[in-house]
Amino acid sequence: MAEAAVAGNGAEAKMRVWRGDASGGEFRDYTVPLEEGMVVLDVIHSIQAMHAGDLAVRWNCKAGKCGSCSAEVNGKPRLMCMTRMNTFEPGETITVAPIQTFPLVRDLVTDVSYNYEKAKTIPPFKPKPKEADGTRRMYQEDIDRVQEFHKCIECYLCQDVCHVIRDHNENKPSFAGPRFFVRVASLEMHPLDTDDRLEFLRNEAGLGFCNITKCCTEVCPEHIKITDNSIIPMKERVVTRFYDPIARLLGALGGKKS
Amino acid sequence: MAGDSYETHEYDVVVVGAGGAGLRAGIEAHDKGCKTAIICKSLLGKAHTVMAEGGIAAAMGNVWPEDNWKVHFRDTMRGGKLLNNWRMAQIHAQQAPDRVLELEEWGALFDRTDEGLILQRDFGGHRYARLAHVGDRTGLEMIRTLQQRAVSLGIDVFMECNVQHLLMNDGRVSGAIGYWRESGELIVFNCKAVVLATGGSGKCWQVTSNSWEYSGDGMGMAMEVGADLIDMEKVQFHPTGMVWPPSVRGILVTEGVRGDGGTLLNSEGERFMFNYIPEFFKAETADNETEADAWYQDKKNNRRTPDLLPRDEVARAINSEVKAGRGTEHGGVYLDIANRRDADYIMRRLPSMYHQFKELADVDITKEAMEVGPTCHYIMGGVRVDADTSATAVPGLYAAGEVAGGLHGANRLGGNSLSDLLVFGRIAGESAADYALGAAAATAPAPAEVDRLTTLMLEPFTDRGGENPYAIHGDLQRTMHNLVGIIRTESEMLKAMEEIAVYKERAARVKVEGGRRFNPGWHLALDLKNLLAVAEAATLSALECKESRGGHTRDDYPDPDPRFGSVNVVTRKHNGTVSVSLEPLPEMPEELRKIVEEQV
Repeated sequence: MAEAAVAGNGAEAKMRVWRGDASGGEFRDYTVPLEEGMVVLDVIHSIQAMHAGDLAVRWNCKAGKCGSCSAEVNGKPRLMCMTRMNTFEPGETITVAPIQTFPLVRDLVTDVSYNYEKAKTIPPFKPKPKEADGTRRMYQEDIDRVQEFHKCIECYLCQDVCHVIRDHNENKPSFAGPRFFVRVASLEMHPLDTDDRLEFLRNEAGLGFCNITKCCTEVCPEHIKITDNSIIPMKERVVTRFYDPIARLLGALGGKKS
Repeated sequence: MAGDSYETHEYDVVVVGAGGAGLRAGIEAHDKGCKTAIICKSLLGKAHTVMAEGGIAAAMGNVWPEDNWKVHFRDTMRGGKLLNNWRMAQIHAQQAPDRVLELEEWGALFDRTDEGLILQRDFGGHRYARLAHVGDRTGLEMIRTLQQRAVSLGIDVFMECNVQHLLMNDGRVSGAIGYWRESGELIVFNCKAVVLATGGSGKCWQVTSNSWEYSGDGMGMAMEVGADLIDMEKVQFHPTGMVWPPSVRGILVTEGVRGDGGTLLNSEGERFMFNYIPEFFKAETADNETEADAWYQDKKNNRRTPDLLPRDEVARAINSEVKAGRGTEHGGVYLDIANRRDADYIMRRLPSMYHQFKELADVDITKEAMEVGPTCHYIMGGVRVDADTSATAVPGLYAAGEVAGGLHGANRLGGNSLSDLLVFGRIAGESAADYALGAAAATAPAPAEVDRLTTLMLEPFTDRGGENPYAIHGDLQRTMHNLVGIIRTESEMLKAMEEIAVYKERAARVKVEGGRRFNPGWHLALDLKNLLAVAEAATLSALECKESRGGHTRDDYPDPDPRFGSVNVVTRKHNGTVSVSLEPLPEMPEELRKIVEEQV
C-alpha cells in the first residue's frame, strides 16, 4: 500500500463518478471531506447528502455481506463497501463507474435481472430420503466444499468480468455464468442431492463457453475458488459423461451421479 | 400527482418484505394454494436477514440432549424479563426445531457435529449450546435457502418495489400501493390479505447495525390503518458493534465471538462483566473466571460466563465502564478472542469477523483484541399480533418477524430472531392464506383514495421549500441517539418530542432534485414518514414507561416497577392523533409459570 491519505484535518476525497442513464451520461467530479477509515461507499453517500441527492447507487449491509454495492473503482470490479479510501494515493482522483456487463439503469445502478432469470432455470435441490432414524447425517468434511460455494453473496462481480458475456452480449441467452456454475456445483456436490444437472450444464448453461481464464476467481470478494473448485470439476464431469466412451457405456447401463 | 397512471396486480396474498419472515410466509401461502406475491425494496436475497451472523436458536438437543422446548421457553421468557407474550414464546420454542430441519430439506448446510447432525453453538442467555449455524454467516445460508425455494416454486417476486401505503375497503385490508424504484412508476396491488414482514426501524438511530431498509415501514403503515403497536420503547442495543474507525461505527460483531470463548475487558484488562451480574441471573451465572472458563466445556458442573448474559445487561455494563473512564481509546471496550483461542479455531468459527476487521479496521482478530461498543440492533416492540395466527387488529392484515412485537418481551436473546422469522413467517403465511381462501374477491381501491396517496408520494418533487431529506434524516438519527438512546430520562425525551415535531414540519417541505427514475433522494424523502412515526411512537412509549427493564433504561426510574411488569405499552393512531396506553399482558398458565420460575 502506498502512503495512505491522511484522514481528518481537512483531508478531501476527489471523486469522478458516472452520472447518466442508457441514453447517455458523463463522469462528474465531486469533492467531499474524508474521515478516517472511510470506504468508497461512504464517500458516495457523502456526495448524495451534500451534492447530488439523486445519485443512484445500490447498497444494504455496508459490511461485505449482501453483495449489493458492486461497481468498477478505478477500473477494478469491487464492492464499494469493502474498498478503503486509504488504499489510494493521497490526492488521487478516484473513478467510480457502474459494472459494465449489465445494462445501465442510472448512475451506478445496472439492470442485473439477467442473473435472476438464470437463477430460475436451475433444477432445484432434490434430496434423497432421510436416514432410518429420521435424521439427515452429513459429516463436516463432506460439506466443506459446498459450504465454500454457499459463501457466495451474489454481488455478480464474477459475472461482470466474465469475457463470455462482458465482450459478447449475444452469448447471454446461452450462458449462465460463473455465479451459476458455482450454484450448480453446490447442488451437484451436495451430499443429499439426487438430481443430475450435467446435461443442463452442457446445454442450457453453456459451461463449454468458459475457457478458464480465472477472471471470476480473481474478483470474488468471498475468495471462492470458482474456477478450480467448481467450474473445472463440473467440466470434468461433463467430459466424463458425454465424451468418455467407457463412461458413456457405463452410463447407459444405469450409472448416474459420480 | 393525482391522475398519475399506475399498473395493477391481483393476488390472494401479498407479502411485503423478503427477508426470512417474508420468504417463509410467501412459501407457506403459496403451498396453501394462494396466488402469492412477495414484494421487496431491494434485490432478492439482500434483505436484512443476510447480515445475521451467529445462528438460529432451536432446542434440537444435538449437542446437549438435556435441551428441550421448555428450557428454550424459559430462557426466552427470562431473557425478555417476563414481558413476552407467553403463547408466542411457547409456540416459538416448540416449533423452531422443525423449521430448522425444514431448511435442511430445502438444501441448507449447517455446520455438523461429529455424529453428522446439526452443530449448535453457545449464545447469550441460552442455557445450552442451541444455535444452529454456518460459521458466522448463518443469515446468508438461511436467506439463500428460502430464496431458492421461493424461486423454484415459481412465486412472483417484485424486486426493488417499495410499498408505501396499505389500502382499505370496508374495514379490511384490500391491497397496497407503492412505486418501482427503477422507473419511479406507481404500482397497486389488489389482494385479500397482506403479510407485513418489513423488519425493524434501526435507521431512526445514528449508531446502528441496520441497513437503509430498516425505516419502520410496516410499523408506520400498520398504525396508519388502525393496528396497534406495542412496547415500542424496547429497543435492543447490541453490546458489540465496531467503534473504530468512525465510518464503520455500529457494524455488528457477532455474539458468537463470546459464544466461542471471547471475553470483554476494560482498559485496565479486567473482565468487568463479573461486576455486573444482576440478582435475577445470579443463580445461573459464574462469579469467577475459573468457573466461567470451565463452563464452555462442562455445563453441568459450571455456571455460564457473565460475558454471555442477555444483551441488555452486557450493553449497559459496557456503557457504564466507558462512562467510568475505563473505556478504550475510541470509546469502547475490548473483546478478546486472540488470547483465548488459537488462530485456526478463530478462522474456522468466525471467518467473516476476521475478514471484516482485517479489511475495515486493519485489526487481525487472531492476534489483537477488537474494540467494541453498543449499537442499535433490533426493536422488540412492533405491531401487536395474535400469537396463534399472527393476525393484527385489522382484518386481513398479518405481521411476522421484527415488525411484529410480543415474542421477545423486554429483550431479545441472540439467535431467537432467525427462529422467530421462520416460525412466525410460516404461521402468518398460513393464516393469511386461510383468511384469503375464505374471503370475497379483492376489490379495486376507490380512485379518490389512489389519487390522495399518489399525491402524497409525488409531493417531494413539487417546490415546497427546499428541505434536504438526507439532512432531516441525519438530524433525526442524532436526536434519537442523544436523547432516546441506551439510557433515557424524561427531560431529554421531552426535548426529543419537540425536535421530532420540527422534523415533521421540515419533512413536509422536502424538495428532491432529479427525476423519478432510481432516485434515492426521493426514496428517502418518502421513508421519512415511517422513520418519524416510529421515532415518535418509541419516544412516547419511553416517556410513558417509567421504569427500567430490558431494552428500556431510565436514568430517572432506574429500577423495574411491578406496575409495568404485567402490561404492554400500546401505541395507536386514531383520527390523526397518536395515543399511548397501558394494557394487561395475556396471563400465563400455571404450568408454564412454574417452568419459568423454576431454579436451575
